[in-house]
Amino acid sequence: MRTTIRPQARRASAAVAVGLLAAGLLSACGGAETGADAGSSEPDPEAAADLDAALEEGGELTYWTWTPSGEDQAAAFMEQYPNVTVEVVNAGTATDEYTKLQNAIAAGSGAPDVAQIEYYALQQFAISDSLVDLNTLGLGSLEDQYTASTWAQVSVEGGLYGLPQDSGPLVLMYNQDLFDEHGIEVPTTWDEYVAAAETLHEADPSTYITNDAGDPGFVQPLIWQAGGHPYTVDGTTVSIDLQDEGSQRWADMWNQMLEPGLLADIPTWSDDWWKALGNDTLATIVTGAWMPGILEGSVPEGAGKWRVAPIPSYDGDPTTAENGGSSQAVIKQSENPELAAAFVRWLNSSEESVDVFLESGGFPSTTAHLNDPEFLEAAPEYFGGQKINEVLVEASENVSTDWQYLPFQVYANSVFPDTVGQAYTQKSDLNEGLVAWQDNLVSYGSSQGFTVEQ
Amino acid sequence: MVRSRTINPRVRRRAFSVTRPPKSTALTLVMILFLFYALVPLVWLFINATKTQGDLFSSFGLAFGSSFALWDNVVATFTYDDGIYLRWLGNTLLYVVVGAGGATLLATLAGYGLAKFRFPGRSAYFAVVLGAVAVPGTALAVPTFLLFSQLGLTNTPWSIIIPSLISPFGLYLIWVYTIDSVPTELLEAARLDGATEMRTFFTVSIRLLTPGIVTVALFTIVATWNNYFLPLIMLSDPQWFPLTVGLNQWSSQAAGVAAEPIFNLVITGSLVAIVPIIAVFLFLQRFWQSGLSAGSVKQ
Repeated sequence: MRTTIRPQARRASAAVAVGLLAAGLLSACGGAETGADAGSSEPDPEAAADLDAALEEGGELTYWTWTPSGEDQAAAFMEQYPNVTVEVVNAGTATDEYTKLQNAIAAGSGAPDVAQIEYYALQQFAISDSLVDLNTLGLGSLEDQYTASTWAQVSVEGGLYGLPQDSGPLVLMYNQDLFDEHGIEVPTTWDEYVAAAETLHEADPSTYITNDAGDPGFVQPLIWQAGGHPYTVDGTTVSIDLQDEGSQRWADMWNQMLEPGLLADIPTWSDDWWKALGNDTLATIVTGAWMPGILEGSVPEGAGKWRVAPIPSYDGDPTTAENGGSSQAVIKQSENPELAAAFVRWLNSSEESVDVFLESGGFPSTTAHLNDPEFLEAAPEYFGGQKINEVLVEASENVSTDWQYLPFQVYANSVFPDTVGQAYTQKSDLNEGLVAWQDNLVSYGSSQGFTVEQ
Repeated sequence: MVRSRTINPRVRRRAFSVTRPPKSTALTLVMILFLFYALVPLVWLFINATKTQGDLFSSFGLAFGSSFALWDNVVATFTYDDGIYLRWLGNTLLYVVVGAGGATLLATLAGYGLAKFRFPGRSAYFAVVLGAVAVPGTALAVPTFLLFSQLGLTNTPWSIIIPSLISPFGLYLIWVYTIDSVPTELLEAARLDGATEMRTFFTVSIRLLTPGIVTVALFTIVATWNNYFLPLIMLSDPQWFPLTVGLNQWSSQAAGVAAEPIFNLVITGSLVAIVPIIAVFLFLQRFWQSGLSAGSVKQ
């Protein structure tokens, strides 16, 4: 059916998304402060008992998720708590879901009780007063079960707006066969990485060190890894500096590969990209720790070739960043927030649930699972018997926790192609693209009622 | 025949006629180009529906892969995720039968009424309908969403069916067609014989209108079958998705933290999705043609 892939329709839907999101944000500015107030509430010891009571009493919940194990987790939950009925709805992947969620919130009805929201979008929903502060329901006491970086991502302005489902510390995945063929050592610094990009592409012009056609979900974690802090959010005051030291550090390094054409112009997640992963076109991908499971499941041609290494550093400092990852949040429209919170608590902290999640290939955010010897010892055939989880878990401990996303990050990502994306298509200086992006974000933020500082 | 034509000077002088137009190489080339333009996507779709996901990645787009997995793909399409595809197909059929069927019925009744009866406000009504033809449905989708949300109808089949019931273009077509094909004298004769207006409509007029009705039905069926944007924003529960939105969801499954690409199913699902609409088109084609020429010749 031609309509399904007609780009106009997609663009139109994006326009609606942005339109309604704008409507949501207008009301958001008032909400931001109340959110901050609510966040100052202390964890309530009686709240945990209330949640247990809600589970006993039962009720019905709707849960929006695109996690493959979502259905199985809900089934296990209902077996354990027969009085509760959870309806799992796949309302779309990532931004498709956010559009629907934002529309339902703007319309005042139709939102689920619990929704999967990626970390980068969580702040946007939290600050527009759409989510329940889980501190008020006693979930703040779960803090020590999670990695510091994922906990930081669900904490906004002192409130707790979700529980971490998974994490995605950046690592380097590389094609051992390609490296061996061209005599390239696994790069440990970005300088070595750039050198490897040159060696490889010169030796075989059909191969590239990696692909990057311009993806905000990739660039921002890289800026994060480079030590950048382009966004600072304090209530309704936002400061944006996409030319700070870390941002420039990344852009200058990446320019060395972008400008000479050493990066494959293949959009991540496109059919070409999946193809390139299997046929030795790409020598590495810099990606989140959730990627090995996907690679093993969907790129059978890559079996035995791929390995995992820590992300290259700038100066030997092993600091890395989070790439992707989701939380589960309770939506304010929920008629039974206690029950919804109890479900989220079970979903992302109980042994029964996390086990189902891990079996489907997910990468956890809970320290107990990350440090489980059985998990660490796993040596999948696909990765040539490498104990990949040791590398991944080490990365998860090296994530810096001081990164903040914008309270209008979904919009920000949607205009990335028009700004930084231009630098990608013209293979020109990324710094100029970042400046253009910043200008766009500053004027958008101001128009939404934020005080924006540059 | 050929021989008698060549010796007939009148035919020789008029060697070109409507049925035997002059041959033009340029026009033929343009037509061949259009034919390619129209057929290549279909050919591509068919060829690639025969490939496994591995073959999709490793073979040229317009060549067959190393395996012929069409049947496996079809089975997988219908069984993936507990057979959700079948549910989407059923939803699309529901929206088409009730939505497009209802739209055709309403357009026929209203177009006929406007053409054959005089009543106050008729021209104002007609102006509104003509104006409505010019407004694309996409522009109305967001207001409709907010309206339906107030009524609590979003995420229900009604949110797709109700907007589909309105076809200003169909109404206009029936109006034009009625003026040409239903003689007022015939209606007067029926009235003299004592038939009620309803009876006249259902026994006399509707037969004369058949080509027009089929044309409108085709238009609305195609529009509803391909409807994408409205269900995209109205529905959040995949259980109510039509094929268009469902296939898009399958397609976007290839991205993100829990990515699970099923390109072969997206392609096979798309192929299966166009089969019914092609069948309807071929079946009703002759009506479509005579309907399109309605009003083009003054009799």
